[in-house]
Amino acid sequence: MTPWIATYLWLLPAVPLAVSLMILNLGPSRRAEAGTLAILGQIAALALAVTAFLPTLQAPGWRAFQNFTWFTFGGNALRIGWVLDPLGAAMLVMITLVGLCIFIFSVGYMADDRNFSRFFAYLSFFSAAMLGLVIANSLLLLFVCWELVGLASYLLIGFWIHKPSAAAAAKKAFITTRIGDLGLLVGIFWLYSGSGSLLFYDEGRGCLESAALLSLGTSATFIALLIFCGAAGKSGQFPLHVWLPDAMEGPTPVSALIHAATMVAAGVFLVARVYPLFSLGAVNGVTPSLTVVVWIGVTTALMAALIALAQADIKRILAYSTVSQLGLMMVSLGVGGVAAGVMHLLAHGFFKALLFLGAGSVIHGCHHDQDIRNMGGLRRLMPVTFLTYAVGMMSLSGVPLLFSGGWTKEEILHATAAWPPSHVPHYLLLAGVVLTALYMTRQIIYVFFGNRRAASEHARESPAVMTLPLIVLAVCTIALSVVLTPAWPWLHDYLIKETPHLDIARLRLVQPMLLLSLGLVTAGIGLGVLLYHKIGEIDPLARAQPGLFRFLENKMWLDELYARTVVAWSRIAACLSDWMDRHFWDGLVRGLGHVGQLFGIFTASFDEHGINTGVDEATTGTRGLGRIMSDLHSGQIQTYLGAIAIGMLALLVLAWLI
Amino acid sequence: MTPTLQLFLVISAALFSIGLVAALSRRHAIFILIGIELMLAAATLNFVAFWRFGPQPQPPTGVMVAIFSIAIAAAEAAVGLALVIAVYRHYRTTNVDQLDQLKG
Repeated sequence: MTPWIATYLWLLPAVPLAVSLMILNLGPSRRAEAGTLAILGQIAALALAVTAFLPTLQAPGWRAFQNFTWFTFGGNALRIGWVLDPLGAAMLVMITLVGLCIFIFSVGYMADDRNFSRFFAYLSFFSAAMLGLVIANSLLLLFVCWELVGLASYLLIGFWIHKPSAAAAAKKAFITTRIGDLGLLVGIFWLYSGSGSLLFYDEGRGCLESAALLSLGTSATFIALLIFCGAAGKSGQFPLHVWLPDAMEGPTPVSALIHAATMVAAGVFLVARVYPLFSLGAVNGVTPSLTVVVWIGVTTALMAALIALAQADIKRILAYSTVSQLGLMMVSLGVGGVAAGVMHLLAHGFFKALLFLGAGSVIHGCHHDQDIRNMGGLRRLMPVTFLTYAVGMMSLSGVPLLFSGGWTKEEILHATAAWPPSHVPHYLLLAGVVLTALYMTRQIIYVFFGNRRAASEHARESPAVMTLPLIVLAVCTIALSVVLTPAWPWLHDYLIKETPHLDIARLRLVQPMLLLSLGLVTAGIGLGVLLYHKIGEIDPLARAQPGLFRFLENKMWLDELYARTVVAWSRIAACLSDWMDRHFWDGLVRGLGHVGQLFGIFTASFDEHGINTGVDEATTGTRGLGRIMSDLHSGQIQTYLGAIAIGMLALLVLAWLI
Repeated sequence: MTPTLQLFLVISAALFSIGLVAALSRRHAIFILIGIELMLAAATLNFVAFWRFGPQPQPPTGVMVAIFSIAIAAAEAAVGLALVIAVYRHYRTTNVDQLDQLKG
């Protein structure tokens, strides 16, 4: 039996969308109503998400979908619909819960902003689009929502539009993700022509079900890679990751919600959703497309972790950390650990949102200075922020046992260790674990320890409306680990559609990996403390390896490389087109115009002198004749009678002559 | 002298000519009417003459046309005289030279 929520799943995105429109209609002056409405909408969405989550617990692998025809063209009906399954349900709960915390936090963070209402309208709009993306049962509907979250991201990155850097960052994010989306769109077309359906599940006819997959054959590899282009753009994978750090120009809650917890995870979610396409024809769990995903993910994870080591902006460090973690998730999906990747995605959603909100609280306290070199000693001034931030930091670093991030990261390491083709990704990820611990230690030492510096001089703890969401998220981060332990891998089994059961003995099995990751994290944190415990004017790394530091500080010169190549080429192409337009096409059009003009002059003169004169002459002649005729009509009846007589006589003479 | 067709035709032509001259030359409307009556009479005379000297001189074929013509002439005279009276009442004249308002 289908529960009602599966039929009415569309309510989930509809509620925030309605709220967004209502807020926009309220106008900018109704600030309190706007905030309340947005939070109420998010609470409703959370309630619906939990309602949707409950039926998926009934049986392992429970799934319900609802399809209908959107429109018909020719003989083809384009069908869309929504689906409720463990993957989607878990995402729904995470998105709405994290979203609610961030909405509440925003009330405090954006309190002084002039465009408070607009901010909440955009946030609600984003929430609607993201929920739509998760429930979509059709690649087409998913793509529509995909573009809508892109739009919301664009609007919110450029929220402080008066800052030129924000406007540029919004544009960059929009255009860079569009490059990936082009691949995704081509993949969608190919998939539609190959399998004849864009529905994921449709009682055996969906494109993810065996019949359609068999008909795709080898083209599935190319379709999967094209879809991965879109996922790479959205999830900030190398080489399309450049937009994500720049997106930090947006308000911090936006960074937390869109550019850390939810939207950037959409790429990972997409790959997990269409995973059958990637794994089709797998030998030993390896396919060409999945191998590409693994190597891109490893490159991204390591590169971003290295860059994060040399950044000075508190949000940029977190942004590169997000890029790195998304790479980690991609690797996990690529090596076959779908559940591990999604688990890390869910856990990451909580602790990265926590870290970003913590950073937001710090920035709020430091009067919107974001440079960690100007902070310091905030531990005593902002105790709640510090404690929650530490929870997030340890979860991100992968400290085992207590924090959710540790468990999920370990799952991923397990999955990579078992990858048949190569062990290199596994070792590179182990290095990544050390780097993650290192840069997070560096950041936390800069911000919270040591002496107070310029920006932290007058810092104070944020109000309860901002610290409360931090506490909730920190509790979630720790509480989530309950369902992640190997002894009771409830979330893992839930996602891979098996019945979870408790087995303490399994704890022993994973001990080597547990000890290894504990050792690596300790090494990373220890190295961090050693390096950064006495920080002077110059970064210790910069003193030891100035060249390398400059290389990392400037993001491996990738932006400059793109500016010299892709951007420069498009600029040249634009100039060329402009020149063609101005001189060639313009001239052609103008010449044609002249020909038309000449013809016009010719016809005008023909009209004037030919036709007009003829008509004039004809009328004048007719008028003269009429005058003569009218003169004959004298009114003298005897003249008429005489004329008749003479006429008769003439006729008679004529008849007689003939 | 035996009456012949030519004699009647000559008389008829003379009568018609007299009528035409009267209609063309007189200025008084009533005299013009009289001229017209003369021309009608000439035409009637022609009919009777052609009947009497034609291939079928039995009554009443030709006479019928003459009587009909006379009746029409009477009717025409009545209408003509009525018109003349109406015109006189309106213009205070019967001189047709002055009645020239029906011109182009």
